Amino acid sequence: MMSFINGLMRLRRGPWEMLATIIIAIGVFMLMQPFVIWAFTYSFIVTLTGTVMFIIVSHFPE
Amino acid sequence: MSDRTIDRVASATPPPVARKIRGLSDRAIAWIFVAPTIFLLLAINIFPLIWTIRLSFTNYKANRIGREVKEIGFRNYERILTDSDIWLNMQATAHFLIWTIFFQVLIGFTLAWLINKKFKGNDLWTTIIVLPMMLSPAVVGNFWKFLYQPQIGLFNYIIAFFTGKEPSSFEMLGQVNLAPWSIVIVDTWMWTPFVMLICLAGLRSIPDYIYEAAEIDRASKLRQFFTITIPMVLPFLMLAVLFRGIENFKMFDLVVQLTGGGPGSTTELTSINLKREAFEKWRTGYASAYAIILFVTVFGLASIYVKALNKVKER
Repeated sequence: MMSFINGLMRLRRGPWEMLATIIIAIGVFMLMQPFVIWAFTYSFIVTLTGTVMFIIVSHFPE
Repeated sequence: MSDRTIDRVASATPPPVARKIRGLSDRAIAWIFVAPTIFLLLAINIFPLIWTIRLSFTNYKANRIGREVKEIGFRNYERILTDSDIWLNMQATAHFLIWTIFFQVLIGFTLAWLINKKFKGNDLWTTIIVLPMMLSPAVVGNFWKFLYQPQIGLFNYIIAFFTGKEPSSFEMLGQVNLAPWSIVIVDTWMWTPFVMLICLAGLRSIPDYIYEAAEIDRASKLRQFFTITIPMVLPFLMLAVLFRGIENFKMFDLVVQLTGGGPGSTTELTSINLKREAFEKWRTGYASAYAIILFVTVFGLASIYVKALNKVKER
């Protein structure tokens, strides 16, 4: 966990990509889940944030 | 003078053109060759994408050319993301996506594992298994419609044979609880061979000496399967899941032929709904916003899978 946080602080690709991936996965789950409509409403903004973040952080150093 | 083709072409080039080309750097010549492809990509992929993004912020209707187009900001996105019908379409898509991928991976991998064993008629069986994937989705949709017929359909008779029910007592395409499963069955039938082929490529790429070493170490067959076969086929499996996931998210033709999105809207996947909004209701701006939402989702999923694929390959 500490290495993950250190990686985030030092702007390393691995942890940031992991964070972006988690955000995308949450967004896609929110889009398709059958439980609450508010999660569906906010799913697009979450997925978009994760996707844009992924594009940006994939240019960070290893 | 040499007889080589390149020399003949060079000698046939008119002197003014030859002079111009001789003055160009290698980089410039490379750009000249690549430019048509880049231009086509921009014209066919990038420009429509940018145009769709622009349209998604308007109330544009493609069937009313002279109508004033108003900028309405994020209203299309708001409407889509608060619409409970679209939410249901998303759930139908999720059901289709999850179950087709699950069955295709399970059956595809099992078939690949069996086909990989050396036996007589191996190639013939591979060809027979691969046949469904070579058919057109429209054709598959039509003949499965016949197979699902309650009165004359073979599928109902097979189910009736095993369950003892009347063949006409259930309707795969007409019942709300069965229709989502009917499209899962057809897609699994059609695309499992694709997953099988990818898994087969993975299984055949495992060198025999690894299994021989495991045999020497007295590893059981089960242990070999879980510590050699599965990890080495995993990148291929992930590739298959990626391909099928993206394809099924966009699934249209097969389902339209089979159920047309019905009964009600139980099998109305997002792509079918999108087509209705765009080309039946002609709400082009709204449909553009819908398309952008689907595009971002597929793009996000593809990013995750590519990352996972690279990670598995590094191991």
